[in-house]
Amino acid sequence: MAADATLRLEDAPRICAPFRLQYEPAQSAWVLLYPEGMVRLSASAGEIMKRIDGRLTVDGLIHDLEAAYPGAALRKDVLDFMEAAHGRGWISAGP
Amino acid sequence: MVAAGSAPDPSTARIAGPRWLLAELTYRCPLHCVFCYNPLDFATQGAELGTDQWLRVLGEARAIGAVQLGLSGGEPLVRDDLEILVAEARRLGYYSNLITSGVGLNEARIRAFKDAGLDHIQLSFQDSTRELNDFLSSTRTFELKSKVARLIKAYDYPMVLNVVIHRLNVDHVGQILEMAEALGAEYVELANTQYYGWGHLNRDRLLPTREQLQRAEEATNRFRDRVGSRMRVFFVVPDYFETRPKACMNGWGSVFLTVTPDGTALPCHAARMLPGLEFPNVADADVATIWYQSEGFNRYRGDAWMREPCRTCPEKVKDFGGCRCQAYLLTGDPANADPVCDLSPHHSRVTAAVERAREAGAAQPIVFRDARNSRRLANNPAA
Repeated sequence: MAADATLRLEDAPRICAPFRLQYEPAQSAWVLLYPEGMVRLSASAGEIMKRIDGRLTVDGLIHDLEAAYPGAALRKDVLDFMEAAHGRGWISAGP
Repeated sequence: MVAAGSAPDPSTARIAGPRWLLAELTYRCPLHCVFCYNPLDFATQGAELGTDQWLRVLGEARAIGAVQLGLSGGEPLVRDDLEILVAEARRLGYYSNLITSGVGLNEARIRAFKDAGLDHIQLSFQDSTRELNDFLSSTRTFELKSKVARLIKAYDYPMVLNVVIHRLNVDHVGQILEMAEALGAEYVELANTQYYGWGHLNRDRLLPTREQLQRAEEATNRFRDRVGSRMRVFFVVPDYFETRPKACMNGWGSVFLTVTPDGTALPCHAARMLPGLEFPNVADADVATIWYQSEGFNRYRGDAWMREPCRTCPEKVKDFGGCRCQAYLLTGDPANADPVCDLSPHHSRVTAAVERAREAGAAQPIVFRDARNSRRLANNPAA
């Protein structure tokens, strides 16, 4: 489950089974569903996770967010979050 | 009836919607487990909801926020419309969990569930040995369950193995975990018996001793050290051995909604036995009205109903006063503090139950959950 290797900028991560990401209008939030549980993501975590599709690279995802939120210094926060998500087994490095 | 999608009543605007829907599709079950939490009088309850009614319930509960769906029973596989319900659940955006004994799960059906979008399967075992598994469920099912576990893996499902723990199998926890590992389970729940329904009836036979629990926890920790993060093992001590109550259902009417086979909506799967409370039926009202406005769901919501010692207790925000059903079963009044709490004036009833089980439990007859016993008990609840 928990992976040891770290994510690289050229990796195109994807969301791993058994996790499923979806937007919940009732909670006004993106949530991550898994057997017998649910993580309600913060707004910023949701913005990152919803871009993870197995095609966009980590670097591309950061550029995409920087374009969506111009002027914000996002790189370190995004990398920290993705590393944590990787460590929890929510995402894996590639296909 | 209030139409779905009508404006919310301002008095209910602060109540959050449910997150979990437990759909108890049927009380029919090929097993006869001695610890079942189904009501003792299950055999005398009303007719099962039809497919169209369940489809409506799924949609109405989803519309007010339910997202985790448990398909349970009884044995949900005895319903031949299960594939239809699973497909609709996926379409609506539920994360669906089939809670099953495995009896009736063949390759054709598991493939159909996969195609319909079922998210995971929780398979129950009664023990690591054929003898005890088959005795506790009063069936010959051990080999079949092992086969089903292999099917679950073959169809790439995350697998949760659920083993209900009690005095008769608690000493096998180490072997049970090894069996789970050999079957490729990702999650194992060592679920200590909840003493409701048939579990409560058989409590003197089922409550383990404190020493047994301690050994089982040690065996669990040794296993966790060995397998690391490959498997997640949940071991929950039965609350009879605690001094603070569980945060039952995360609070009454807070996140959890059960619908029973005949359509009765409950804030927890045991609540129907509580005296003086009428619970609504999904055939008579839509789920939003039931959740937000019914007396059954509002009676123990929040903390206005609480008495001492809960009312002024700083921990009430954490445990919500514990379990209403346990308060009723052990003190006779569901508005009392859950007597598991050692601040409850009735706490000695819990310690006395543990003591009685240790002293006299082995001499008690064991009662299997079956329709004949259910009808007998429904006619004569004191028996």
